[in-house]
Amino acid sequence: MREIDRRSKYDRRVFLKGAAATAPAVAIATSTGLGITDAWAEDAKTLTPATMKTLLKMARDIYPHDFLGDSYYIAAVTPWDGKAAKDPAVKTLIVDGVARLDQEANDRHKMPYVQVAWENDRVALLQKIEASAFFQQVRGDLIVSLYNNKEVWPRFGYEGSSAEHGGYIKRGFADIDWLSKV
Amino acid sequence: MAKFDLNDSGVVVIVGSGAGGGTLGNELAQKGVKVVILEAGPRIENQDFINDEWDSFSQLAWSDMRTTSGSWRVAHDFPSIPAWIVKAVGGSTVHWAGASLRFDEHEFKIKSAYGGIPGANLIDWPITLAEMEPWYAKAEDKMGVTRTNGIPGLPGNNNFKVMEAGARKLGYKEVHTGRMAINSEPRDGRGSCQQIGFCFQGCKSGAKWSTLYSEIPKGEATGNLEVRPGSMVIKIEHDPSGKVTGVVYADATGAMQRQKARVVAVAGNSIESPRLLLNSASSMFPDGLANSSGQVGRNYMRHMTGSVYATFEKSVHMYRGTTMAGIIRDEARNDPKRGFVGGYEMETLSLGLPFMAAFLNPGAWGRSFTSAMEGYPRMAGMWLVGEDMPQETNRITLDPKIKDKFGMAVASVHFDDHPNDVAMRDHAYRQGAAVYEAVGATVTYPTPPYPSTHNMGTNRMSEKPRDGVCNKFGQTHDIKNLFISDGSQFTSGAACNPTLTIVSLAIRQADHIAGAMQRKEI
Repeated sequence: MREIDRRSKYDRRVFLKGAAATAPAVAIATSTGLGITDAWAEDAKTLTPATMKTLLKMARDIYPHDFLGDSYYIAAVTPWDGKAAKDPAVKTLIVDGVARLDQEANDRHKMPYVQVAWENDRVALLQKIEASAFFQQVRGDLIVSLYNNKEVWPRFGYEGSSAEHGGYIKRGFADIDWLSKV
Repeated sequence: MAKFDLNDSGVVVIVGSGAGGGTLGNELAQKGVKVVILEAGPRIENQDFINDEWDSFSQLAWSDMRTTSGSWRVAHDFPSIPAWIVKAVGGSTVHWAGASLRFDEHEFKIKSAYGGIPGANLIDWPITLAEMEPWYAKAEDKMGVTRTNGIPGLPGNNNFKVMEAGARKLGYKEVHTGRMAINSEPRDGRGSCQQIGFCFQGCKSGAKWSTLYSEIPKGEATGNLEVRPGSMVIKIEHDPSGKVTGVVYADATGAMQRQKARVVAVAGNSIESPRLLLNSASSMFPDGLANSSGQVGRNYMRHMTGSVYATFEKSVHMYRGTTMAGIIRDEARNDPKRGFVGGYEMETLSLGLPFMAAFLNPGAWGRSFTSAMEGYPRMAGMWLVGEDMPQETNRITLDPKIKDKFGMAVASVHFDDHPNDVAMRDHAYRQGAAVYEAVGATVTYPTPPYPSTHNMGTNRMSEKPRDGVCNKFGQTHDIKNLFISDGSQFTSGAACNPTLTIVSLAIRQADHIAGAMQRKEI
């Protein structure tokens, strides 16, 4: 069978260019060889860095894929800063939602959400706010912003658009080799 | 290409250009009848289709506001998207999978076959399989359906091979790569399937039959057919005698136009067609056009649907090749011993990663969900499609509050599963899981119904005018020059995919309309 190369098929320059559109700080931090630091969060204009970091942790806890680095989740949550800048209602939704999540964390663990060490404990906090508009909007947005990122697809073994490659008629549409003969 | 005057009262106006409207338009044009098709969506040719699920959804899907209610999960998860259908020339033949199956004999007479089912509003069709057979044959030839007319079946892809192996182990007998309106060899000026794998996003190679590039250009070539894209019909008008005289529509610029007509045929699908009839209420027809029975909008059917995805130890890559690549038909029979009447088909289906995330278990999150997503390349999948019970209370109504940009009430879709639908789905989930477990699935996912792709029954055919909206030719009982030409005329839904029956009925209806016009009956 023709297997998919799970390494990113995008060269580094293309990846950084793509990331730059949504998360310039990531690009800067990465291209300067510093690795991903908190710079991406410091770059937020409307929401606070602490709020951005809470959104990142939430994103990882809602859709945890341990083989994905933070950059994919950062790309998924960073647009909230721009949306909050455009719409005060969005800003309120995010700020109040994060405040409530931190309140739940403080009540139970005496620390903010991002500092709660175990995922299971954080998930229990998310379950408390699961019905809120804040949680539902962040989750609903992630379903698209995380899984519709073309750079994520090869990591999940999905090849995307195929017509320009002539479809799969010569690229393994029927190459399964492990079924016993029927 | 024809261009007809707005005041030309000799034309047949068809609302919608999909399986029903597009076929009817071409068939009438071939017979020398002048036709104007008003299509709400744009004309997008197949080279412009996009191999990307969300981008394609934005390009093609009907996303105008609708509202929902009822206990079906779609109303909770996708409250403004009850149906996944297309707003473009070609209608849902742009995104359909291509499965082209005939109804069984009993499926035209479910009242006789199933008896009284509490809560279900069953009647027999006013036509039989024997009457439909010649029209089915014409449709299969027109569409180039595999395994008919000497056309070979399509090759099976990986997803099919997994399902087939499991089906054989379970002892299922009728298992093959389907009767598909997808060319397995060049035919009718179109090439053969390249196994691209984005059937739902519009077939870029044109191997799959669609009214967009098979029926409509042929009709246009006669000089008798004009298609006007971007034309949203908002009202059908009538004269004091009760005959329809034409339609009012918003053109591509949003300006209101009035197209006169000798005959109006409604083919806007089972949500928009009843909406249009209801929105066309007048002092003479206060409950909407063709609605003396009160059945307009009622008996909405969407098929018992669901999916089973299964993850294996090794790769499958189900997304490679034809989306609906094969079928198990053994459960399509009517065998009430299983605990329900009617039957269902099991048909391979695949979603790309973005839609798998959206539809596998809408609203789910956490490691159980992400573990399933990480199995994506090792997944096989099937869609379960079976007959659902027509119920009077499953219904399209006009939303009491929400209007579209032209000030017309939007459609509100109410749906509750019938206990028979639930029993059938549970059976289908078990059998689907068993198919995959027989060949080593490590986990199976009973996946809830997607927004409806098979929309049927809201203007149904009936022998007696009090039981339905139209007669056996789709002619409304109340208004003789008003026709229903889409899946909304279905009296019942059968187990199989509806398109072949819609096309067959459209060919038959064209014969009837042309004859009646010639005889000056309409």
